[in-house]
Amino acid sequence: MNRLNSVFADKAGALFIAYLTVGYPSLEETVEAVLLLEKSGADIIELGIPFSDPLVDGITIQQAGTKALQNGVNINRCIEAVRLIREKSDIPLIFMGYYNPILQYGPEAFCANSFSAGADGLIIPDLPPEEAGLLEETALQHGLDLIYLIAPSTPDEKIKYVASRSRGFLYLVSVEGVTGVRENLPPGLQEFVERVKKYAVQPLCMGFGISTPEQAGQVARLVDGVIIGSNIIRHLSDENWRTSLPAYVHELKSFLRIQEP
Amino acid sequence: MVPDIMIPDEKGYFGNFGGRFVPEVLAPALDELIRAYEEAKNDNAFQLELDRLLKEWAGRPTPLYEAVNFADALGSKARILLKREDLLHTGAHKINNVLGQGLLAAKMGKRRIVAETGAGQHGVAVAAVCAMLKLECVIHMGEKDMARQAPNVARMRLLGAEVKPVGGGSGTLKEAVNEAFRDWVASVKETHYLLGSVVGPHPFPMIVRDFQSVIGEEVKRQIIARYDRLPDYLIACVGGGSNSIGLFYPFVEEQTVKMIGVEAGGQGLESGRHAATLNMGRTGVFHGSRSFLLQDADGNISTAHSVSAGLDYPGVGPEHSYLKESGRAHYTAVMDDEALQAVEFLSLTEGIIPALESAHALAYTMKLAPSLREGEIVVVNLSGRGDKDMEIIREQMEGKI
Repeated sequence: MNRLNSVFADKAGALFIAYLTVGYPSLEETVEAVLLLEKSGADIIELGIPFSDPLVDGITIQQAGTKALQNGVNINRCIEAVRLIREKSDIPLIFMGYYNPILQYGPEAFCANSFSAGADGLIIPDLPPEEAGLLEETALQHGLDLIYLIAPSTPDEKIKYVASRSRGFLYLVSVEGVTGVRENLPPGLQEFVERVKKYAVQPLCMGFGISTPEQAGQVARLVDGVIIGSNIIRHLSDENWRTSLPAYVHELKSFLRIQEP
Repeated sequence: MVPDIMIPDEKGYFGNFGGRFVPEVLAPALDELIRAYEEAKNDNAFQLELDRLLKEWAGRPTPLYEAVNFADALGSKARILLKREDLLHTGAHKINNVLGQGLLAAKMGKRRIVAETGAGQHGVAVAAVCAMLKLECVIHMGEKDMARQAPNVARMRLLGAEVKPVGGGSGTLKEAVNEAFRDWVASVKETHYLLGSVVGPHPFPMIVRDFQSVIGEEVKRQIIARYDRLPDYLIACVGGGSNSIGLFYPFVEEQTVKMIGVEAGGQGLESGRHAATLNMGRTGVFHGSRSFLLQDADGNISTAHSVSAGLDYPGVGPEHSYLKESGRAHYTAVMDDEALQAVEFLSLTEGIIPALESAHALAYTMKLAPSLREGEIVVVNLSGRGDKDMEIIREQMEGKI
C-alpha cells in the first residue's frame, strides 16, 4: 500500500488536499509551506508544476505560475522540492502539471525521477485517458498513481471509463470552469457525486472553486477529500503566511471534522 | 463540396499529429460538435444555406487574377495568379470558416459564441456572422494586438461584439486563445467556441480545413476552366495555417502541384524573434493538439514575433506538421521587412494593398519569380486586404507615405 492509499484507508472524515505551485513565492518557501501545511493538518499535498499557458487555471494560479517560472522553476527543480520535503515528511505528494513540459522532459525519466524523489501521484489536466496510454503505463511501472479528472458534464459511460483507469483517487471537478475562488458552490454537486459513485470504487476528491471553510464543509459531506488551491496561493502571497495559513487550515479542518459520522 | 480524404483518423490524428488534449469538461462539447458536423455534411439544406450565404452575403466565388504587372516587374515569365480572398466580406478568408461554424452553432442551439482573434480579421468575421445570425458574441484579444489593430476593435464593437482585452504574457494571439478556452470551459453548455484556425483539439483542425477548402476547390475549377491544367505552385502564408490548408487541401493528391507555406521569419530565424514554427519548432502538445511548437527546453511555450498580428502564433495546425513530415508540402519563412517590401510592391504594381499576413506569401513569390520557367503557373493566396494594417505600414515605412 503506497502513501496515498494509506492515508485514505486511515482517514477519519474527509481529507484536506492542499495545492500549491512549486516555486511560489520561492522554492524555499514551497518546501517550508508544505511542512507547515502538514503540521497544521493537511493530509495530501498537490504540487503544481508551473507552465507558461495553464489553460484550466484562473488568474490566481496563473500568476503564481508566472512568478515561479520567473524564479527559474522547471521539472528538475520540482523534483528537487519533492526530495527536500521527503527528507522531513511522509505526507503523500502529488504532482499536478500540464502535459507538454512532462512530454519534453520525457515521460519515462519524469516518472522514474519523481518516484525516486518520493512523489506518489500525478495529475495532468490536459491529458485525458484516450491520449494517455503511454504515460499511464510508464507511471504504473514506476509506482506513480495517475489520477484522472471528471466534470459534471461528463456522461455516465465516460465516468465509468475514466473511473476504471484512475488510480489513487478520482478527481471530481466541482464546476464547469477554471480554478479560482468563487462565492458559491455550484448547484447539483450531490447528484453529480451520486452519479459517480455508481461506477467508482476508488476514493473521490473534489476541487476547483472551493475556498471557504464553510464550502469545504459542504463538499466534505459528499466526498473523501476536498482540494483547495487558489486560496492557499492567496495566503502565500501575503508575507504573513506563516501565521495566516495555519489559522486557515485549522478552521478548515474543524469544518471537515464536523462531517465525520 | 467537402473533399473526403480519410485524414484525420477517428481520434483526430494526421499521422503523428493532432489528437484531443483537453480537460474532460470539454470532451462532451467536442463530441457534440463532431456529431453536428457529420450531420451537417450530409444535410442538403445546411449546405445550400452555407453556399447561399457564401455567395450572397460574403461574395464568393472570389476572382483568380493574373498579376501581369507584378510578374513583369520581377522579370518573371511565369503566370502569377492571385486568389482574391481579400475581396471577401470583412476583408479576409476568415469568413469562410466563420459562416460554416456559425451555422453549426445555430444548429446545435448554442446562442453564445466565444472566439479569439490576433489581427482582428477572425474577430471581425465572427462579430459580423453573429450579428447576422443573431448570436451573442464575445471576442478575446491580446492587449498588444488591440493596440496595433485598433480599427478592427472598433469594427467588432460596431457589429455588436464584446471585445475583452487579454493581459499577461505577450498580449497576442496565444494569450487570446488561452482566455477563449477558459471562457469556453466555464460556459460550454450554451457556448460554441468558434476557433479561427486549423489548430486546437479534434475536430477543429478538420472542420476549419473543410470550410476553408472552398478556396482550393474554386482555384481548381477556375484554373482548369481557364488553362485546362493544374497549377505548378501553390503559395500561401502560414500562421495557424487556415488559408494555406484551404488552398492546399484539394490539391494534396495532385502530386505535380508543389505546395509552399510561408511562415513569419520576423527579425530573422537566428534572432529568435520570429513565428516560424514549422521551420524552427519541435513537436509538442499545445492548445489541444500535438504539432510543431515554438518552445523552450523546459516545454514552456515561447512568445512568437511577427510584424503581422495574424501570424504571431507559436503553434501551427497539426495537418501542416503532417504535410511537412511527409514531405508533401514545403515550409519556408520570410522576414518582416521582406513582407513590408511586398506590400509596397504589390500596391504599386497592381493597385492592390495586401494584408501583412498575405504579404509573406507574396514576398516569397518575389524571390521565387526569377527562377520560374515560361508558362509555369503559380497561385498565391491573397488571403486578406491591408486596410487594417495601414497604421503599422505607415510606421514601418518611416514617413515615406
